[in-house]
Amino acid sequence: MTLPLYVPVASPVHRLSAGVKLLCLAALAVLLFARPTLTVAGAALVGTLAVGLGVARLPVAVLARQAWALRWFLLALLVVHALTTDVASGAHTVLRLLTLVLAAAVVTATTRVTEMVAVVERLCAPLRLVGGRPQRVGLLIAMALRFIPVLVERADRIRAAQAARGGAPRGVRALRTTVAPLLVQLLQMAHDVSEALDARGADDVPAHRPRRT
Amino acid sequence: MKTRDLAYVALFAAVIAVLGTIPAIPVGPVPITAQTLGVMLAGAVLGARRGFLAVLLFLVLVALGLPLLASGAGGLAPFVGTTAGYLYSWPVAAFVIGWLTERAWDRYNVLRGTLINVVGGIVVIYAVGVPVLKAVAGLSWTAAVTGGALPFIPGDLFKAFVAAAIADVVRRSYPVIERPRRAAGAR
Repeated sequence: MTLPLYVPVASPVHRLSAGVKLLCLAALAVLLFARPTLTVAGAALVGTLAVGLGVARLPVAVLARQAWALRWFLLALLVVHALTTDVASGAHTVLRLLTLVLAAAVVTATTRVTEMVAVVERLCAPLRLVGGRPQRVGLLIAMALRFIPVLVERADRIRAAQAARGGAPRGVRALRTTVAPLLVQLLQMAHDVSEALDARGADDVPAHRPRRT
Repeated sequence: MKTRDLAYVALFAAVIAVLGTIPAIPVGPVPITAQTLGVMLAGAVLGARRGFLAVLLFLVLVALGLPLLASGAGGLAPFVGTTAGYLYSWPVAAFVIGWLTERAWDRYNVLRGTLINVVGGIVVIYAVGVPVLKAVAGLSWTAAVTGGALPFIPGDLFKAFVAAAIADVVRRSYPVIERPRRAAGAR
């Protein structure tokens, strides 16, 4: 169901650490809003394309898809600006938006999900100071990803069972007869999973935390 | 937070993700999606804290590069684009819905639930989403409201009702929210 947004290529951009890439993206966003000129936005767009297509050697289609999804909106934006202010400000806004979206797409296409998860866990390290456990963030992400196909499968099963009994109820009635029971089943499943995890020590205090004696 | 709470949080992040596979209706810059239904459900079923975390976790998954938003969008692009404000408002919306639901827990019914979902799922989301759309796209207030709020009101009202109807059934058969604890600190 999920098509990966990551595009594997052996390039310097792919090898760059995920944290650095995210910092660059944040810096670019700050720059584009702090220096709102056509030159800066144009240069940033050229730079983004050079990094994405030239250095990272991403297929053009990967970036084109992002731009294409925005086409009507960007066009409407240009028209609204041309009518209310002037074409130059419209061109600038369009350029800035396009640049940011493409830059974000470059970061996503060159960074594996696992690397991003590692960055998130590192960003959550300060949680330790308030008694939180950053490792649990990884557990959360893993659980959510595992639940997605399970959910789809459970929904299909209920639908098949109802079809076998002469068709699923439609409309508002389906909420009571299908959706709500499905949700209850899933909550019970989540509870079972958590008990299984606890039985395997998920709720233990991490060993490296100094214990009071 | 117990492991059970983590599992519930992960489950609702997954629910929001799966709701994204229901095709979105594109209207202008911001599409109508079923995912805000998931946001409302997270608050109404899990309560403020866990609902907030569930939506936050979903957004983290999107930011990690998984194409989980309706229409298969994902990665960091949606967080800087025109719909960014709506995304940022989602966890807050779930929190507000959860908080109000916890307060109304003993007297919860479909009508109260719908009203609560309207406050959190419509008022809060538009209050953040529309100004951000205006700023990112450089639109006038009129254009931002006609493009970023008005087309969604009928759908959002319907979703508020649907979420309340589901939450009401779940509340009676498998309540996840505990009654507000009067005793301080007991956990």
